[in-house]
Amino acid sequence: MLFQDIVFWILSVMAVGAALGVVLVPDLFRAALLLAVVFVAVAGFFILLSAEFLAVVQVLIYVGAIAILIIFAVMLTRDVKHGNLPNRLQIPAVVFATLLLATLVTVAVDTEWNFLPAEQQERVDLVQTGAVTTLTGDLLTESGVAVEDQPEVQKAGLADLLIGDFVLPFEAVSVLLLAALIGALALVRPSPGSRRG
Amino acid sequence: MSFEAFLIVSAILFCIGLYGSLARRNVLAVLMSIELMFNGVNVTLVAISKYLAPAALHDDISSVLTGQVFAVFIITVAAAEIALGLGIVFAMYRTNETVDLTEATELKH
Repeated sequence: MLFQDIVFWILSVMAVGAALGVVLVPDLFRAALLLAVVFVAVAGFFILLSAEFLAVVQVLIYVGAIAILIIFAVMLTRDVKHGNLPNRLQIPAVVFATLLLATLVTVAVDTEWNFLPAEQQERVDLVQTGAVTTLTGDLLTESGVAVEDQPEVQKAGLADLLIGDFVLPFEAVSVLLLAALIGALALVRPSPGSRRG
Repeated sequence: MSFEAFLIVSAILFCIGLYGSLARRNVLAVLMSIELMFNGVNVTLVAISKYLAPAALHDDISSVLTGQVFAVFIITVAAAEIALGLGIVFAMYRTNETVDLTEATELKH
Protein backbone atom coordinates (compact mmCIF):
# COMPACT_ATOMS: atom_id res chain seq x y z
CA MET A 1 0.00 0.00 0.00
CA LEU A 2 2.88 2.32 0.80
CA PHE A 3 4.34 1.82 -2.68
CA GLN A 4 0.98 2.71 -4.25
CA ASP A 5 0.81 5.85 -2.12
CA ILE A 6 4.23 6.99 -3.35
CA VAL A 7 3.24 6.31 -6.97
CA PHE A 8 -0.02 8.20 -6.42
CA TRP A 9 1.76 11.30 -5.09
CA ILE A 10 4.35 11.26 -7.87
CA LEU A 11 1.58 10.99 -10.47
CA SER A 12 -0.46 13.72 -8.78
CA VAL A 13 2.42 16.18 -8.75
CA MET A 14 3.19 15.27 -12.36
CA ALA A 15 -0.43 15.70 -13.49
CA VAL A 16 -1.15 18.95 -11.65
CA GLY A 17 2.22 20.52 -12.47
CA ALA A 18 1.99 19.64 -16.15
CA ALA A 19 -1.65 20.80 -16.28
CA LEU A 20 -0.64 24.17 -14.82
CA GLY A 21 2.08 24.27 -17.46
CA VAL A 22 -0.47 23.62 -20.23
CA VAL A 23 -2.47 26.73 -19.33
CA LEU A 24 0.42 29.00 -18.26
CA VAL A 25 3.39 28.29 -20.56
CA PRO A 26 3.56 30.97 -23.27
CA ASP A 27 4.98 28.63 -25.92
CA LEU A 28 2.11 26.55 -27.33
CA PHE A 29 4.38 23.78 -28.57
CA ARG A 30 5.71 23.21 -25.03
CA ALA A 31 2.14 23.36 -23.73
CA ALA A 32 1.16 20.57 -26.15
CA LEU A 33 4.09 18.43 -24.95
CA LEU A 34 3.08 19.05 -21.31
CA LEU A 35 -0.45 17.98 -22.24
CA ALA A 36 0.99 14.60 -23.29
CA VAL A 37 2.63 14.39 -19.83
CA VAL A 38 -0.79 14.95 -18.21
CA PHE A 39 -2.26 12.17 -20.36
CA VAL A 40 0.49 9.75 -19.30
CA ALA A 41 -0.04 10.64 -15.63
CA VAL A 42 -3.78 10.01 -16.00
CA ALA A 43 -3.00 6.63 -17.57
CA GLY A 44 -0.98 5.93 -14.42
CA PHE A 45 -4.02 6.85 -12.30
CA PHE A 46 -6.09 4.36 -14.29
CA ILE A 47 -3.59 1.58 -13.51
CA LEU A 48 -3.70 2.51 -9.81
CA LEU A 49 -7.50 2.29 -10.01
CA SER A 50 -7.27 -1.23 -11.54
CA ALA A 51 -8.57 -0.06 -14.92
CA GLU A 52 -5.78 -1.46 -17.08
CA PHE A 53 -7.83 -1.48 -20.27
CA LEU A 54 -8.61 2.22 -19.90
CA ALA A 55 -4.93 2.95 -19.24
CA VAL A 56 -4.02 1.30 -22.55
CA VAL A 57 -6.83 3.14 -24.35
CA GLN A 58 -5.68 6.40 -22.76
CA VAL A 59 -2.13 5.96 -24.04
CA LEU A 60 -3.29 4.85 -27.50
CA ILE A 61 -5.94 7.50 -28.09
CA TYR A 62 -4.83 10.48 -26.01
CA VAL A 63 -1.04 10.27 -26.16
CA GLY A 64 -0.87 8.50 -29.50
CA ALA A 65 -3.55 10.35 -31.44
CA ILE A 66 -4.91 13.47 -29.74
CA ALA A 67 -1.60 14.88 -28.47
CA ILE A 68 0.05 14.26 -31.85
CA LEU A 69 -2.88 15.90 -33.69
CA ILE A 70 -2.64 18.95 -31.43
CA ILE A 71 1.12 19.19 -31.95
CA PHE A 72 0.55 19.07 -35.73
CA ALA A 73 -2.08 21.78 -35.43
CA VAL A 74 0.26 23.94 -33.34
CA MET A 75 3.01 23.62 -35.92
CA LEU A 76 0.69 24.28 -38.88
CA THR A 77 -0.91 27.37 -37.36
CA ARG A 78 2.11 28.77 -35.58
CA ASP A 79 1.27 32.21 -34.28
CA VAL A 80 4.73 33.40 -33.24
CA LYS A 81 3.60 36.99 -32.82
CA HIS A 82 1.02 36.29 -30.14
CA GLY A 83 1.88 32.97 -28.49
CA ASN A 84 -0.46 31.85 -25.73
CA LEU A 85 -1.84 35.12 -24.38
CA PRO A 86 -4.58 35.47 -21.76
CA ASN A 87 -7.72 37.40 -22.70
CA ARG A 88 -9.63 40.03 -20.73
CA LEU A 89 -11.48 37.37 -18.73
CA GLN A 90 -8.41 36.27 -16.81
CA ILE A 91 -9.36 37.50 -13.32
CA PRO A 92 -13.02 36.33 -13.46
CA ALA A 93 -11.78 32.98 -14.78
CA VAL A 94 -9.34 32.56 -11.87
CA VAL A 95 -12.05 33.49 -9.35
CA PHE A 96 -14.63 31.18 -10.95
CA ALA A 97 -12.23 28.22 -11.20
CA THR A 98 -11.04 28.66 -7.60
CA LEU A 99 -14.60 28.86 -6.26
CA LEU A 100 -15.58 25.74 -8.19
CA LEU A 101 -12.48 23.93 -6.91
CA ALA A 102 -13.30 24.89 -3.32
CA THR A 103 -16.87 23.62 -3.76
CA LEU A 104 -15.76 20.33 -5.33
CA VAL A 105 -13.15 19.69 -2.64
CA THR A 106 -15.65 20.45 0.13
CA VAL A 107 -18.18 18.08 -1.37
CA ALA A 108 -15.56 15.35 -1.85
CA VAL A 109 -14.36 15.58 1.75
CA ASP A 110 -17.70 16.13 3.50
CA THR A 111 -19.89 13.56 1.76
CA GLU A 112 -20.56 10.25 3.51
CA TRP A 113 -19.60 7.95 0.65
CA ASN A 114 -21.20 4.53 0.38
CA PHE A 115 -17.97 2.52 0.06
CA LEU A 116 -17.73 -1.03 -1.21
CA PRO A 117 -17.85 -3.57 1.61
CA ALA A 118 -14.33 -4.82 2.35
CA GLU A 119 -15.27 -8.46 1.72
CA GLN A 120 -16.36 -7.57 -1.82
CA GLN A 121 -13.24 -5.57 -2.67
CA GLU A 122 -11.19 -8.54 -3.84
CA ARG A 123 -13.87 -9.85 -6.21
CA VAL A 124 -14.47 -6.34 -7.55
CA ASP A 125 -10.75 -5.82 -8.17
CA LEU A 126 -10.65 -9.09 -10.04
CA VAL A 127 -13.59 -8.14 -12.26
CA GLN A 128 -12.15 -4.70 -12.97
CA THR A 129 -8.60 -5.84 -13.72
CA GLY A 130 -9.89 -8.76 -15.74
CA ALA A 131 -12.21 -6.48 -17.70
CA VAL A 132 -10.86 -7.63 -21.04
CA THR A 133 -9.01 -10.85 -20.29
CA THR A 134 -10.35 -14.35 -20.10
CA LEU A 135 -9.71 -15.39 -16.53
CA THR A 136 -8.87 -19.06 -16.27
CA GLY A 137 -10.34 -21.19 -13.51
CA ASP A 138 -6.94 -21.83 -11.92
CA LEU A 139 -6.16 -18.11 -11.64
CA LEU A 140 -9.54 -17.47 -10.04
CA THR A 141 -9.11 -20.31 -7.55
CA GLU A 142 -5.69 -18.92 -6.58
CA SER A 143 -7.29 -15.50 -6.03
CA GLY A 144 -9.79 -17.04 -3.66
CA VAL A 145 -12.93 -16.98 -5.79
CA ALA A 146 -15.24 -19.86 -4.94
CA VAL A 147 -15.85 -22.32 -7.78
CA GLU A 148 -19.57 -21.56 -7.95
CA ASP A 149 -18.84 -17.83 -8.41
CA GLN A 150 -16.38 -18.34 -11.26
CA PRO A 151 -18.78 -18.31 -14.25
CA GLU A 152 -20.22 -15.00 -13.03
CA VAL A 153 -16.79 -13.36 -12.76
CA GLN A 154 -15.66 -14.75 -16.12
CA LYS A 155 -18.75 -13.43 -17.87
CA ALA A 156 -18.46 -9.92 -16.48
CA GLY A 157 -16.42 -7.63 -18.66
CA LEU A 158 -16.37 -4.33 -20.45
CA ALA A 159 -17.29 -5.95 -23.75
CA ASP A 160 -20.36 -7.62 -22.23
CA LEU A 161 -21.53 -4.30 -20.83
CA LEU A 162 -20.79 -2.40 -24.05
CA ILE A 163 -22.84 -4.68 -26.25
CA GLY A 164 -25.31 -5.57 -23.50
CA ASP A 165 -26.64 -2.91 -21.14
CA PHE A 166 -25.01 -0.01 -22.99
CA VAL A 167 -25.66 -1.06 -26.58
CA LEU A 168 -27.74 2.03 -27.42
CA PRO A 169 -25.11 4.62 -26.34
CA PHE A 170 -22.49 2.42 -28.00
CA GLU A 171 -24.28 2.63 -31.35
CA ALA A 172 -24.94 6.34 -30.88
CA VAL A 173 -21.25 6.95 -30.24
CA SER A 174 -20.34 4.95 -33.36
CA VAL A 175 -22.61 7.14 -35.47
CA LEU A 176 -21.21 10.24 -33.76
CA LEU A 177 -17.63 9.22 -34.61
CA LEU A 178 -18.57 8.63 -38.24
CA ALA A 179 -20.37 11.97 -38.43
CA ALA A 180 -17.42 13.76 -36.81
CA LEU A 181 -15.01 12.15 -39.25
CA ILE A 182 -17.06 13.18 -42.29
CA GLY A 183 -17.64 16.62 -40.80
CA ALA A 184 -13.93 17.17 -40.21
CA LEU A 185 -13.16 16.12 -43.79
CA ALA A 186 -15.85 18.47 -45.14
CA LEU A 187 -14.51 21.34 -43.02
CA VAL A 188 -10.90 21.13 -44.20
CA ARG A 189 -11.72 20.39 -47.85
CA PRO A 190 -10.57 23.28 -50.03
CA SER A 191 -13.49 25.27 -51.42
CA PRO A 192 -14.10 24.62 -55.15
CA GLY A 193 -12.93 28.04 -56.34
CA SER A 194 -9.74 28.33 -54.32
CA ARG A 195 -6.35 28.11 -55.98
CA ARG A 196 -4.54 26.94 -52.87
CA GLY A 197 -6.25 23.54 -52.74
CA MET B 1 -4.24 6.96 -1.64
CA SER B 2 -7.82 7.37 -0.54
CA PHE B 3 -10.90 7.87 -2.67
CA GLU B 4 -11.06 11.54 -1.68
CA ALA B 5 -7.47 12.08 -2.86
CA PHE B 6 -8.44 10.91 -6.35
CA LEU B 7 -11.50 13.16 -6.32
CA ILE B 8 -9.41 16.16 -5.28
CA VAL B 9 -6.74 15.59 -7.93
CA SER B 10 -9.38 15.25 -10.64
CA ALA B 11 -11.15 18.37 -9.36
CA ILE B 12 -7.85 20.26 -9.62
CA LEU B 13 -7.34 19.00 -13.19
CA PHE B 14 -10.91 20.02 -14.09
CA CYS B 15 -10.57 23.52 -12.62
CA ILE B 16 -7.21 24.14 -14.30
CA GLY B 17 -8.87 23.14 -17.57
CA LEU B 18 -11.82 25.42 -16.83
CA TYR B 19 -9.52 28.36 -16.17
CA GLY B 20 -7.58 27.65 -19.36
CA SER B 21 -10.68 27.36 -21.53
CA LEU B 22 -12.10 30.63 -20.19
CA ALA B 23 -8.98 32.77 -20.12
CA ARG B 24 -6.85 31.83 -23.13
CA ARG B 25 -6.95 33.60 -26.47
CA ASN B 26 -5.42 30.92 -28.66
CA VAL B 27 -8.05 28.45 -29.85
CA LEU B 28 -5.58 25.54 -29.61
CA ALA B 29 -4.90 26.39 -25.95
CA VAL B 30 -8.66 26.31 -25.36
CA LEU B 31 -8.94 22.89 -27.01
CA MET B 32 -6.08 21.59 -24.86
CA SER B 33 -7.78 22.90 -21.72
CA ILE B 34 -10.99 21.10 -22.70
CA GLU B 35 -8.99 17.88 -22.98
CA LEU B 36 -7.71 18.51 -19.43
CA MET B 37 -11.31 18.76 -18.22
CA PHE B 38 -12.22 15.49 -19.97
CA ASN B 39 -9.32 13.77 -18.21
CA GLY B 40 -10.34 15.10 -14.80
CA VAL B 41 -13.85 13.74 -15.28
CA ASN B 42 -12.51 10.36 -16.44
CA VAL B 43 -10.38 9.98 -13.31
CA THR B 44 -13.44 10.75 -11.17
CA LEU B 45 -15.58 8.16 -12.96
CA VAL B 46 -12.99 5.39 -12.70
CA ALA B 47 -12.29 6.20 -9.04
CA ILE B 48 -16.01 6.02 -8.28
CA SER B 49 -16.32 2.68 -10.04
CA LYS B 50 -13.42 1.30 -7.97
CA TYR B 51 -14.32 2.57 -4.51
CA LEU B 52 -18.09 2.99 -4.29
CA ALA B 53 -20.71 0.25 -4.14
CA PRO B 54 -23.27 0.41 -6.96
CA ALA B 55 -26.88 -0.27 -6.00
CA ALA B 56 -27.02 -3.32 -8.29
CA LEU B 57 -23.91 -4.93 -6.78
CA HIS B 58 -25.70 -7.94 -5.32
CA ASP B 59 -27.57 -8.80 -8.52
CA ASP B 60 -24.78 -8.23 -11.00
CA ILE B 61 -21.07 -8.04 -10.19
CA SER B 62 -20.34 -6.46 -13.60
CA SER B 63 -22.10 -3.27 -12.45
CA VAL B 64 -18.77 -2.30 -10.87
CA LEU B 65 -17.54 -1.64 -14.42
CA THR B 66 -20.16 1.02 -15.19
CA GLY B 67 -17.77 3.88 -14.45
CA GLN B 68 -15.21 2.42 -16.84
CA VAL B 69 -17.85 2.13 -19.58
CA PHE B 70 -18.70 5.81 -19.09
CA ALA B 71 -15.00 6.67 -19.33
CA VAL B 72 -14.77 4.74 -22.62
CA PHE B 73 -17.65 6.80 -24.00
CA ILE B 74 -16.04 10.05 -22.85
CA ILE B 75 -12.74 9.12 -24.51
CA THR B 76 -14.60 8.37 -27.76
CA VAL B 77 -16.49 11.65 -27.66
CA ALA B 78 -13.23 13.48 -26.90
CA ALA B 79 -11.66 11.94 -30.00
CA ALA B 80 -14.61 13.09 -32.13
CA GLU B 81 -14.46 16.53 -30.52
CA ILE B 82 -10.78 17.01 -31.20
CA ALA B 83 -11.15 15.90 -34.84
CA LEU B 84 -13.94 18.41 -35.46
CA GLY B 85 -12.28 21.10 -33.34
CA LEU B 86 -9.04 20.94 -35.29
CA GLY B 87 -11.04 20.98 -38.54
CA ILE B 88 -12.65 24.23 -37.41
CA VAL B 89 -9.25 25.60 -36.34
CA PHE B 90 -7.80 24.94 -39.79
CA ALA B 91 -10.83 26.46 -41.53
CA MET B 92 -10.50 29.52 -39.28
CA TYR B 93 -6.77 29.79 -39.93
CA ARG B 94 -7.35 29.58 -43.67
CA THR B 95 -9.92 32.40 -43.73
CA ASN B 96 -8.54 34.65 -40.96
CA GLU B 97 -4.79 33.88 -40.98
CA THR B 98 -5.00 33.77 -37.18
CA VAL B 99 -6.03 31.39 -34.40
CA ASP B 100 -6.84 34.16 -31.93
CA LEU B 101 -10.34 33.73 -30.53
CA THR B 102 -10.81 37.44 -29.82
CA GLU B 103 -10.46 38.12 -33.56
CA ALA B 104 -13.05 35.53 -34.60
CA THR B 105 -15.92 37.99 -34.79
CA GLU B 106 -17.48 37.30 -38.22
CA LEU B 107 -20.77 36.16 -36.70
CA LYS B 108 -21.06 39.30 -34.55
CA HIS B 109 -21.61 41.89 -37.28
